[in-house]
Amino acid sequence: MTSLSLKARAACLLGLVALLALPVLASLTGETFYISMASRILIFGIAASALNLVFGYGGLVSLGHALFLGIGAYSVAIPSFYGIGNGFVHLGICLVACAAVGAMTAAISLRTSGIGFIMITLAFAQMGYFAFMSLKQYGGDDGTPISATSRFGALDLGSSIHLYYAIVTVLLATIVGMYWLRRSSFGMVLRGARQNARRASALGFDVKRTQWLAYILSATTCGIAGMLFANLNAFASPSLMSWFISSELIVMVVLGGVGTVLGPVLGAIAFIGAEELAKAVTLHWAAYIGLAVIVVAVWARNGLVGSMASWASKPVKVQA
Amino acid sequence: MTAITLIPQLLNGLQYGMLLFLLAAGLTLVLGIMSYVNLAHGSLYMVGAYCAAVVFDHTGSFLLAVAGAVAGAAMAGALIEQLIASRLYQRDHVEHVLASFGMVLLLNELARTVWGPQPLFLTVPKALGGTIDIFGIQYSAYRFAIVVLGLAVLVGSHYLIHGTRAGMLVRAGASNPRMVGALGINIKVLNGALFTFGAALAGLAGGIAAPIVSVQLGMGENILILTLVVIVVGGIGSIKGSFYGALIVGLIDTLGRSFLPLILRETMNRELANAAGPALASMLVYVVMAVILAFRPKGLFPARG
Repeated sequence: MTSLSLKARAACLLGLVALLALPVLASLTGETFYISMASRILIFGIAASALNLVFGYGGLVSLGHALFLGIGAYSVAIPSFYGIGNGFVHLGICLVACAAVGAMTAAISLRTSGIGFIMITLAFAQMGYFAFMSLKQYGGDDGTPISATSRFGALDLGSSIHLYYAIVTVLLATIVGMYWLRRSSFGMVLRGARQNARRASALGFDVKRTQWLAYILSATTCGIAGMLFANLNAFASPSLMSWFISSELIVMVVLGGVGTVLGPVLGAIAFIGAEELAKAVTLHWAAYIGLAVIVVAVWARNGLVGSMASWASKPVKVQA
Repeated sequence: MTAITLIPQLLNGLQYGMLLFLLAAGLTLVLGIMSYVNLAHGSLYMVGAYCAAVVFDHTGSFLLAVAGAVAGAAMAGALIEQLIASRLYQRDHVEHVLASFGMVLLLNELARTVWGPQPLFLTVPKALGGTIDIFGIQYSAYRFAIVVLGLAVLVGSHYLIHGTRAGMLVRAGASNPRMVGALGINIKVLNGALFTFGAALAGLAGGIAAPIVSVQLGMGENILILTLVVIVVGGIGSIKGSFYGALIVGLIDTLGRSFLPLILRETMNRELANAAGPALASMLVYVVMAVILAFRPKGLFPARG
């Protein structure tokens, strides 16, 4: 990746300013609804970035990442059920649970490839979905409200402003982390294995181990997104683990640009934005979203980042 | 646990397995031969069930209702193949997942618009409304008929694939589509026919399931996931594999749900068993699948080639 062009840098800076200023503007105009909507979009941006690590860089199509969103959400909901609101406890449970489940499922899933990998990750997510559906003490299929949101000392994720800036921080950390990881030797092995796993192995890299570690990292990042999502809604439900959510994450990554750093975030903004727009216009919004997804699948090959990159690489024309 | 309680559940599991087999047979061929991941297969099942309900409502004939289910799903399948799926065969699996996910959203919304959000109901045909006597146990004749139908489809599709010219072309197309094309066979028509055949089987499953489940939106999704489990367990692309896979999944799911909570209640403390029983029972199929895949990544009966 060459250094970013002037236009691209300007666009990034503008985006960052908008991100940080949004709650202030929303509070001033009284439209606080937009804070929670932006929070939702950015949380999915984090989750889609996490998926992009295995799917975009590693070429492993996981149709089960909603599982980790769900585990993250329940690592807030279950302690809260017992009155524990300590954010560090929530975070600890989330990281340990996601890493453990990720490690186990990845160890089995990575024995397959291609269609098999898609199916088995989907099946693991369904396993979690049905498990939480039948755990009646935590609300079963109705889900469970969260009374004790995550509190990290002075930082209370129950407050929408605190939560928003926490989300922005996590998102920026994820973006920087992904940017760095993509170019690190770990990322290079991962990306090399996507193009030709056999050659990467022949060069002496432990491909399976790299993919396994990437999956665990992706799972925990996705879990953190789930944790934030639970705090946003003060609610956790098994529907967060449904394969619809996993599919939507894939849509976001493809829409934004597979294997790019900013693509998943832009994809999340575009997809959820389009969904909200369609919901406002028509009752039959799901049909239009469905059609749009089909169109993206059949015709959009490079995603938003691809189209933007070709725009950004064109030199600025200066009128004489 | 006596035979009186066990045998009906065994038969229920068998019947459920047959329903899964009808779905899995079509899906495994499309997956194995065109390597197209069709998440909308469950929606074709839903379309079949709705068509059956509508035709039954107008004519009162169950046979016509099932014919309507098969025809409706086949037409929907042919349309999907022509407009979308056929453009994606050479592409990445992700694009298949996306396109068929979009299709699920679209079909669900269309069904809601056309047939409304309330579930529809069908009655079991009069001729099969009673019970039959199996080893001294009364069992629903209709459910038994489903088992017989499933076996008939197994035999029929085996003959079709191994005994006819069309089946030979399909098998050849699976191992080397370019060569089949070079020999002057129109591979596009072949793929289209296969996709339509799979859709028709899904419609058949929807039509015969309609009297025992409620016909409602989203009915295809849960069974789709189980169908995928069947295919993965059995081995992608293998009819035989999908048959055994369907039986395994159908039996384990049914028996697990009815007996696992009881067994747990006898072996551990009641409160814990009440909490864990249903959760474990609903996860059982997936656990079995994970175990099978951990040892046999290509499934139990991988297709050759």
